[in-house]
Amino acid sequence: MDYFLELFFGGLTRGSIYALIALGYTMVYGIVQLINFAHGEIYMIGAFTALIVASVLTFYGVNTVAILILASIVAVIYSSAYGFTVEKIAYKPLRNAPRLSPLISAIGMSIFLQNYVLLAQTSDFLPFPRLIPQFHFMEPVSHIFSSAELVIVVTTMVAMVLLTLFIKFTNLGKAMRATAQDKTMALLIGIDVDRVISATFIIGSSLAALGGVLIASHIGQINFYIGFIAGIKAFTAAVLGGIGSIPGAVLGALILGWTESFATGYVSSDYEDVFAFALLVLILIFRPAGLLGKAETKKV
Amino acid sequence: MNEIIKSLKVAVWFMFLTFPIMVIKVNTVYHIIEWRWMNMAMIGIGTFLISLLWRYLLERKDKKKPSDGVTLSARAQAYVQSRPLVKKGLGLAVLAALTVIPSFADAYQVNILTVALMYVVLGLGLNIVVGLAGLLDLGYVAFYAVGAYTYALLNHSFGLSFWIVLPLGGFFACIFGILLGFPVLRLRGDYLAIVTLGFGEIIRLVLENWSEFSHGPSGIAGIDRPNFFGLDLTLNQMNGAIYYMMIAFTIVTIFFVARLQNSRIGRAWLALREDDIACQAMGVGRTRTKLMAFALGATWAGLMGVVFAAKTSFINPASFTFLESAIILSIVVLGGMGSIPGVILGALIMILLPEYMRAFSQYRMLIFGGAMVVMMVFRPQGLVSNFRRKYSFHGMDERLGG
Repeated sequence: MDYFLELFFGGLTRGSIYALIALGYTMVYGIVQLINFAHGEIYMIGAFTALIVASVLTFYGVNTVAILILASIVAVIYSSAYGFTVEKIAYKPLRNAPRLSPLISAIGMSIFLQNYVLLAQTSDFLPFPRLIPQFHFMEPVSHIFSSAELVIVVTTMVAMVLLTLFIKFTNLGKAMRATAQDKTMALLIGIDVDRVISATFIIGSSLAALGGVLIASHIGQINFYIGFIAGIKAFTAAVLGGIGSIPGAVLGALILGWTESFATGYVSSDYEDVFAFALLVLILIFRPAGLLGKAETKKV
Repeated sequence: MNEIIKSLKVAVWFMFLTFPIMVIKVNTVYHIIEWRWMNMAMIGIGTFLISLLWRYLLERKDKKKPSDGVTLSARAQAYVQSRPLVKKGLGLAVLAALTVIPSFADAYQVNILTVALMYVVLGLGLNIVVGLAGLLDLGYVAFYAVGAYTYALLNHSFGLSFWIVLPLGGFFACIFGILLGFPVLRLRGDYLAIVTLGFGEIIRLVLENWSEFSHGPSGIAGIDRPNFFGLDLTLNQMNGAIYYMMIAFTIVTIFFVARLQNSRIGRAWLALREDDIACQAMGVGRTRTKLMAFALGATWAGLMGVVFAAKTSFINPASFTFLESAIILSIVVLGGMGSIPGVILGALIMILLPEYMRAFSQYRMLIFGGAMVVMMVFRPQGLVSNFRRKYSFHGMDERLGG
């Protein structure tokens, strides 16, 4: 039973991280119908920025909790800046191009950013300081659910609630929903669509950066390549839940997290990534619109 | 002046953006922080110039009307295209140059050219899928791996020779293409991209982890090289022979793809790429046609996989990463989707340029990625844009004109 619970909470943690990244994919897709391939790299850059800030602050002897908070804030700011810039360079000039063009440009951007970090920093795995403190009250259950996992799950939940409120009630959130439904119509009623798209990229990137900092300080090491696999899995999660749908992304991420956790726990850990991809292929075959997505009928 | 201020702003923004990653380098083991301010200055100057150029090019692109868009390269292309004799002459000249190269170049050069020719064929194969049928396949390397492992395993376990396995490798890759294509070809373009990417990764992971079958990450060594008419060749002569074989292979592929392009199925692919629904309404079976493209593309990758295994005589899963797919894809995109001379040019540039610019080799992938973005923004049709065969009624014109 303990083993089952350990896997359950492990899967929940994984799922939370996937959810944080998947939201960026799903929101961007909802608004510009583009798979932002470079999103995984934004997450990786978030983790790297946090590592650099944390190392510098450790050097000057700041205490751990302050480092965690400061590093997260800086990572979020920088990742948003990167997300914003990537959109301006690689996607905005292609807004009316055929669908393949922005996708290829996104793949190019992803390769570019990976190698940028590789060349400017290092190709080795870097140890990431364990910034999340150990709570005393978690000690009796720490073998199945650690403090770090608790922090990740709670942070993700808070972020989800804030995001939902933001999209439901603020003006920008409403503008986003309007743009997602019909870009031309939104433009006609005076919504600055460019601004909405930029905002979407910024929000998505900050969530990814948050995920990057949390998972890096939980796992304890990062390199320039972590964004690729995490990005693909988060995209899988987004598709699983129905791309474009925010609750769908969260649901998909949790299902993916649990699938991986239980499959590696009970079947084999060698094929961890295979399970994720196999799940993606199966879902797309049997339910192309995803779990919560609506099947579109195209009118001619 | 206004432009300069704008570019200055961009430069400052990028200096801010790249600050933590470019300037600070931490050594977490010895706790040393290195501040590299030189990088920041370089980024500032570099982005300032690039931003000026970028905006100038964007403006030029927007201003250019399609009617006066006849550039020098387009005119040269049209000239070559309209005169079959010139076209044939050019082809023959290139062929002659390729044939005589081994007589004065050393083994290293011949080897590089062989690799470049392999990528030409791979690019042409992927061109069927991406360029003609418009299906973005990000897992193309999986089929390449299938071909390579087919030869490696059959040769390793049963001692089958290269010439027997060559068609088998193509056949197995084709079967894999159909197996994958059947369920996923109903998906929309970008989903297809991700599923093929996932499939490519699955194949690689299985090869890496299923050691009893594929010998795991350590790979398979000592694969037989091809046997040319029972001749006993030295390694150098063998490389030369493989080089000539690749020339023959490339010619066959070019011929095949060129004929395919203008065939009934080729036109169906182009039509499907442009508009699915209209195409179905005209009675073109969507799944069948797409599947055909997928299977043919896969076959080519499989054949090249067999050649690859035979040429290097050692393979392991590390040769079949996503990066390889990305390189082949950028060959197609850079050269011009759907254009045969474009793909050839793309392959030569992508493979030969990094080889001859060893000094830049570590920046190779950075430039790759950057080039893909720049290409899409400024010249989405690629270096050589695809010439569609035009059908016209000459008799009609004359009657109307006269």
